[in-house]
Amino acid sequence: MHYRTVFDIPRDELLAPGHGLCGGCVAGTIVRLLLKVAGPNTIVVNPTGCVEVSTTTFPYTSWRVPYIHVAFENAAAVASGIEASIKVLQKKNVIDPSKKINIIVIGGDGGTADIGFQALSGMLERGHKVMYVLYDNEAYMNTGIQRSGTTPLFAWTTTTPIGKVLKGKIQVKKPVAEIVAAHRVPYVATANPAYFLDMMNKFKRGLDVDGPSFIHVIQPCTTGWRYDPRIGIKIARLATETAMWINWELDHGEFRVTVTVPKRKHVRHYIRVQGRFNHLTDEDIETIQKYVDKEVERINKLVGKEVIGPVVE
Amino acid sequence: MENSIWKRIPLNSNYAAAYGAKDSDVDVVAAYPITPQTPAVEKIADFISNGELNAEMIHVESEHSAMSACIGAAAVGARTFTATSAQGLELMHELLHIASGLRLPIVMAVASRALSAPLSIWGDYSDVINIRDTSWIILIASTAQEVYDSIIQAYKIAEDPDVLLPVVVAYDGFMMSHTYELVYVAKNPEIFRDYIPKKVNWTILNVEKPITMGAVANPDWYYEFKYQQVLAMKRSYSVIKNSAKEFEKRYGRSYDTVEVYNNGGKIAVLTYGGLFGTVVEAIDYMNKQGTQITGIKLRLFRPFPLQEIRKVIEDLKMLIVIDRAISFGAPIEGTVAMEISALLHRESIDIPIYSYIASIGQRTTTEEDIIGIVKDAVKLFESGKRISESIYWGVRE
Ligand SMILES: Cc1ncc(C[n+]2csc(CCOP(=O)(O)OP(=O)(O)O)c2C)c(N)n1
Ligand code: SF4
Ligand SMILES: [Mg+2]
Repeated sequence: MHYRTVFDIPRDELLAPGHGLCGGCVAGTIVRLLLKVAGPNTIVVNPTGCVEVSTTTFPYTSWRVPYIHVAFENAAAVASGIEASIKVLQKKNVIDPSKKINIIVIGGDGGTADIGFQALSGMLERGHKVMYVLYDNEAYMNTGIQRSGTTPLFAWTTTTPIGKVLKGKIQVKKPVAEIVAAHRVPYVATANPAYFLDMMNKFKRGLDVDGPSFIHVIQPCTTGWRYDPRIGIKIARLATETAMWINWELDHGEFRVTVTVPKRKHVRHYIRVQGRFNHLTDEDIETIQKYVDKEVERINKLVGKEVIGPVVE
Repeated sequence: MENSIWKRIPLNSNYAAAYGAKDSDVDVVAAYPITPQTPAVEKIADFISNGELNAEMIHVESEHSAMSACIGAAAVGARTFTATSAQGLELMHELLHIASGLRLPIVMAVASRALSAPLSIWGDYSDVINIRDTSWIILIASTAQEVYDSIIQAYKIAEDPDVLLPVVVAYDGFMMSHTYELVYVAKNPEIFRDYIPKKVNWTILNVEKPITMGAVANPDWYYEFKYQQVLAMKRSYSVIKNSAKEFEKRYGRSYDTVEVYNNGGKIAVLTYGGLFGTVVEAIDYMNKQGTQITGIKLRLFRPFPLQEIRKVIEDLKMLIVIDRAISFGAPIEGTVAMEISALLHRESIDIPIYSYIASIGQRTTTEEDIIGIVKDAVKLFESGKRISESIYWGVRE
């Protein structure tokens, strides 16, 4: 089954209300929809980060599925242990072998692309049947907005401040999903909560494939990106409309852009609504635009046709 | 003991550990190679690949992931095993606290080894002593037989509902991990099924009954979690003793938390691990020469066996403690010597303790060295000198 309209979305709420994420935090939206796709036969592994600290303060929990947090850099290894364990316990009939149990990691960009990357790479290489969902808010938010490998070019963070000499991050964003794809796992996708049906279908596909899957989701963060909490989803949509974020999937080697953008918006529409880019000059924005144009060209070439169109506004 | 249930085979302590894990019917093994532990992991891989052990082996990419995977596996109810040494144990360190904090009964063998830098692959106990505050139960074996038996007992201890703490079984890197002894192993590991039945006594992740593990605990709760560990560690003491007793009743081999050789001497030498064998040889020699020396072996490092230690040393004239790791900058740099000193002080027992450091980085320590240490200590004692600092035996200054 595919999710075609909002009416296809299950009504069960496996993420209980009352968590402590910032008002308007899009991570909550992503996790809530993810659990709707996964359903109750699911074990969640969550490394240290915003989602973890804001949903599990003892004696409360927001999780209506079994959940474990162990540390910051090892979620993929913990999930590997869970998966191997369930496999052998099902073989030994200790756990009902007919029961399909989803094992899902929900990790931030730091816990996934930086400090947790070794464990992730190991899990992918060993082929554990785990779906790894990266919610990418492009910085270490839990510790107060420090740069990460996925922080985009020029973005302000508390460790890439705006000074006289340096202004924001000087490197470009780490292409995590593509690095994961290089592990040749069955399913890798990028997704955007503004295109929630597309995102949910990717979650579903990720859970269905036999082997590791990886879904890289962009997650606007009101506190770190410095925008009005009401417009989180709008910003997410702008990310795709400007091609700062392209939604694609790689399903058993077959590459597809799942959200085509025939008419593209200039990146300034995305950048100018976020405080973290306040210091950017028009020239800086043009530098980013050129970088995005190149990316678009590369993706179009990869697909073999123009799935992302030219900038029209 | 050469009866129907045992076969006697030559094993080094690494293999003995692997046999112990196999005969405990572990479900999941996650480990990463490091000298001198490596053969233990290779042996388990053999067992799995030839069908002697029905377990999943996770070929993790680091020790950090090894312990993480064991935590994940134990969290869904598997009996788990890992093994490591030195740098690997250090890399795991963060997870050691988490494994015990989550109250998961993981068992780990440690072929003890010196820590870098400078790099040394050789045996000492720097790694083991370093994990003393991680809330793991720490057993130190001094023969391959004891390694095998202790691994099996370790599951009994760890999985006891009154304990639910992880257990380390340590043994000397190289001096034990790579030397062969004749070991009785079960002809049929089924004999251990009643001793360590597979009963999941701990809280697990189960889709029928969702729980949250590894929660955040703020100042209003964290303290209570830690205190629960304090109590579990205290309770573990009698469980450790009873597990050994029941083991003896069922299988005939006896162990205690502290073991004494040639009881009755007024001068005693206390140490741990394989070096105790050397101490025993030296004692035999000295006894023949007319000096009655008692040997004390510390088999349990955490929880520290207060009562037993007290019992065996309270009538001594003097005690020599040989430590195999250095606690830099500590009031007494031999850790075990320091802990016994604290104990004696608190119990108002006044026995001079002479703290010696030996076999660091596996610097050869022979019977002659032990005899030398005893002579040195006795001389100090007889000249009325009490030395509170540790003495570095055989070091070039
Ligand atoms: C080994 C270790 N180093 C550092 C930290 C501190 N720390 C906790 S969460 C975090 C950042 C998390 O960033 P990310 O993974 O992007 O998740 P987010 O908070 O942004 O959701 C850091 C640095 C830690 N918990 N463990
Ligand atoms: S800091 Fe950002 S990611 Fe963290 S809870 Fe707040 S909005 Fe969400
Ligand atoms: Mg982040």
